[in-house]
Amino acid sequence: MKRLITKLLLLVIIATLPVSVVRAQKQTAPETLIRNATVLTVTRGTLQNTDVLLRDGKIAAVGKNLKASPDTRIIDGTGKYVMPGIIDCHSHSMLDTINEGTLAVTSMVHTADVLNTTDVDLYRELAGGVTTLNLLHGSANPIGGLNTVVKIKYGRPASEFLFPGAMPGIKFALGENVKRSSTPNQPGITRRYPNTRMGVEEVIRDAFTRARDYKRAWDEYRAAAKKDKNLIPPRRDLQLEPLVEVLEGKRYVHAHCYVTSEILMLINLADEFGFKVKTFQHTLEGYKVAKEIAAHGAGASIFADSWAYKIEAYDAIPYNAAIMTRAGVVVSMNSDSDERARRLNIEAAKAMHWGDLTEEQALKLITINPAIQLGIQDRVGSIEVGKDADVAIWNGHPFSVYSRVDTTFIDGDVYFDRVQDLARRPELAKERAALEQAEPNRPRPQGQSPQTPRRRPSGHADDDIEVERP
Amino acid sequence: MKSIVLILACTASVLAQQIGNPTAQLGVMPARGTFAIRNARIVTVSGPDIENGTVVIRDGKIEAVGANVYVPSGAQSIDGRGLSVYPGMIDAGTSMGLVEVPQGANGTVDTSEVGDLNPNAKAIVAVNPYSAHIAVTRVEGITNTLTAPNGGLISGQAALINLLGTSPKEMAVVPQLALVINYPRITGGGGGGGFGGFQQQPANLSETLAANERQVEQIRKVLRDAEAYGRAQDAYAKDKSLPRPEHNVVLEPLVPYVRGEQPVIFRAEREAEIRGALKFAEEMKLKPIILGGNDAWKVASLLKEKNVPVILTGILSLPVREDDAYDTLYENAAKLQEVGVRYCISTGDPGPEVRNLAQYAGMAAAFGLSKADALKAVTLYPAQIMNVADRLGSIEVGKMANLVVTDGDLLEIRSHIRYLFIDGRPVVLTSRHTELNDAFKNRK
Repeated sequence: MKRLITKLLLLVIIATLPVSVVRAQKQTAPETLIRNATVLTVTRGTLQNTDVLLRDGKIAAVGKNLKASPDTRIIDGTGKYVMPGIIDCHSHSMLDTINEGTLAVTSMVHTADVLNTTDVDLYRELAGGVTTLNLLHGSANPIGGLNTVVKIKYGRPASEFLFPGAMPGIKFALGENVKRSSTPNQPGITRRYPNTRMGVEEVIRDAFTRARDYKRAWDEYRAAAKKDKNLIPPRRDLQLEPLVEVLEGKRYVHAHCYVTSEILMLINLADEFGFKVKTFQHTLEGYKVAKEIAAHGAGASIFADSWAYKIEAYDAIPYNAAIMTRAGVVVSMNSDSDERARRLNIEAAKAMHWGDLTEEQALKLITINPAIQLGIQDRVGSIEVGKDADVAIWNGHPFSVYSRVDTTFIDGDVYFDRVQDLARRPELAKERAALEQAEPNRPRPQGQSPQTPRRRPSGHADDDIEVERP
Repeated sequence: MKSIVLILACTASVLAQQIGNPTAQLGVMPARGTFAIRNARIVTVSGPDIENGTVVIRDGKIEAVGANVYVPSGAQSIDGRGLSVYPGMIDAGTSMGLVEVPQGANGTVDTSEVGDLNPNAKAIVAVNPYSAHIAVTRVEGITNTLTAPNGGLISGQAALINLLGTSPKEMAVVPQLALVINYPRITGGGGGGGFGGFQQQPANLSETLAANERQVEQIRKVLRDAEAYGRAQDAYAKDKSLPRPEHNVVLEPLVPYVRGEQPVIFRAEREAEIRGALKFAEEMKLKPIILGGNDAWKVASLLKEKNVPVILTGILSLPVREDDAYDTLYENAAKLQEVGVRYCISTGDPGPEVRNLAQYAGMAAAFGLSKADALKAVTLYPAQIMNVADRLGSIEVGKMANLVVTDGDLLEIRSHIRYLFIDGRPVVLTSRHTELNDAFKNRK
């Protein structure tokens, strides 16, 4: 009986995974030639009537009338657009849990430990032309957990999702979520420190003060250990090690923030301790302090136009991307939502509507700019020979609301294909009907419901699990 | 070249502000007048496009539309070359003006009354004409919203408003357009409406169904009481010798709805809820509209058969079930269109997201809907569903002059709005967001 249930559950899982697309592709077409498309290279302009050759997981050639070998899969790109796979610099897809919120500093926890490769929203994101995600810890604490950069290799093992060579990073958070503003005061329960933006500064200062001492202890030990082999090393501290890496420039800080004061606070604190904030996340009031962000050398990863969902979002304006871009800040548009991630193309186009960025500037917001923010700009983010073959074919200009994705490639393999998706539907419908009739899926006696898998809610506004969109 | 474009753009925006001397001054309504938008592409929606036409606006109404129309002397002229004129977009699923900031500022939230049965809660009473959301939304070409309360089982009455005015009265197009009912959900057990988050799996299905039926019964009872109340009031009006029925502010507003004179909006997303709402409406002889409708595609033939329209709010929501096709909700509208169900497209958002209405329609068009139908789904169709197509939803003589002039396709995000008229009044294209942009964009 138990085995039957397991088998059926397995069937359900398999039914929701279009893995056969991937595997079939891997065996039959080592090479793909997209012919005669409009190619949005991002870094080298827009090329009309151009071919793109994908070979051995890389972009092998971009040009006119490229030659194909006999077993090359050829796609007619006439009337279609090829753009780099979209990079979402703020995602929580495939994370079984987001917040370790019990402490104010949780730099010892890692999102890489909670990857759920069967999260179907990954497939829905592929269908929106997205290929790379920055999986961030939530915003429940001033210093959160470590992030994971993945390629959406849906249907493959978790180890294959990890983006090789991506810079390690860590989530920081400031403002309302950290203050636990939406958590009601419970009688008899002490609120977690901090409760104000002053306390947030103090928590981060305290952590880096300890990290600096810890680093000194290790530096001194290593220097002395060269002469004296019998020295006892300092006690390892898993909380402080990532912060030492931040101080050494080996780990990027991605800091969730909203208002002017907290953005300036973190810039000042980082300058004082001698590290850089790689990205300010959300940064809704970034436009008010664009020159300070630019001077620090930080990037900003933002929503296109979300506003007023809470007090600290009330001064958000959709001109944010344009103002910061013109001030010299490297800006990206992110989703922070499994839903919104499916249409980041339009989120980028909004910077042309509000603020009149050029098409190229707007394209960068979801391609090369987030690549820079994650330290993967040599691998992805533009269509250039030698870069990873992470591209999507669109049936119209990706900035048109009327366009959709035909095919998404990662490392040259097809991970989404609309024609194949449509072809599979009758078979999946049949399978579903059969499963619904299966014994474990029928209502229980005594009126109990059939069991359904537990899912993390995905409609949150800004990655605090308590915070849901109204 | 770039600077010329910039100068032209600036000139255009200055001109836009000069037409009719509209003012952005708070508390002052821009004056109506006589305006002619000339040599523009007129997208009438109800009829064919007019490639090089003129629209004349006078005293709040569309006075003339066509390729060759008489322009009254003294009309203020707008050069429409290279521009397109559209009817203003309408979002029939919002709480516009009832909430400013939902989290951390409870004082600004007026969407949800205490208790389950609040037919007497009227949105129009609480609409804040100075909500920042209103100008932020209208400058994107949305001229009208249906503004609805959302609490309990019977949430209250929704108002159709113009997104312009210094008082709720000035904004009202139809102050009490529809009764809003949250059709009880099978899961979760509460009458919380369509905004629920993570639903706990019910421990016991039969218990949940019983609780659900109790809630339906609660609604049934108050509607039956309202019928009786209406009959008693009528009888007394005819024959004063009868005992005088006491007035009741809860039952009184329900009378036109239980008599089928005005529509009842049922919030219902899932198949079971939609079927339940249709059955209930038939039993009670109501005039139903479904709001939400994520599963409407599954119930399309029944909706068609009963001629019940749907205000679709979930185009950009994640599919309901894990094994739904990725584009299930993108194509919901196209599937209803195919079967012949009446529908319109809404953001379903309380306020901040309403400005993106065009994007919702555009996504539906990317997945099966024709561009023409996508446009209708945010203009004429909502007007028809709300029974105000004699006044709104298309560019026709005699309709209210709610017009948007654009430099491109209205639904395309890359297009810009160049002029805006609401109720024949020229509206300055500024908002809290343009003002903050102006204040900070040149900060050195």
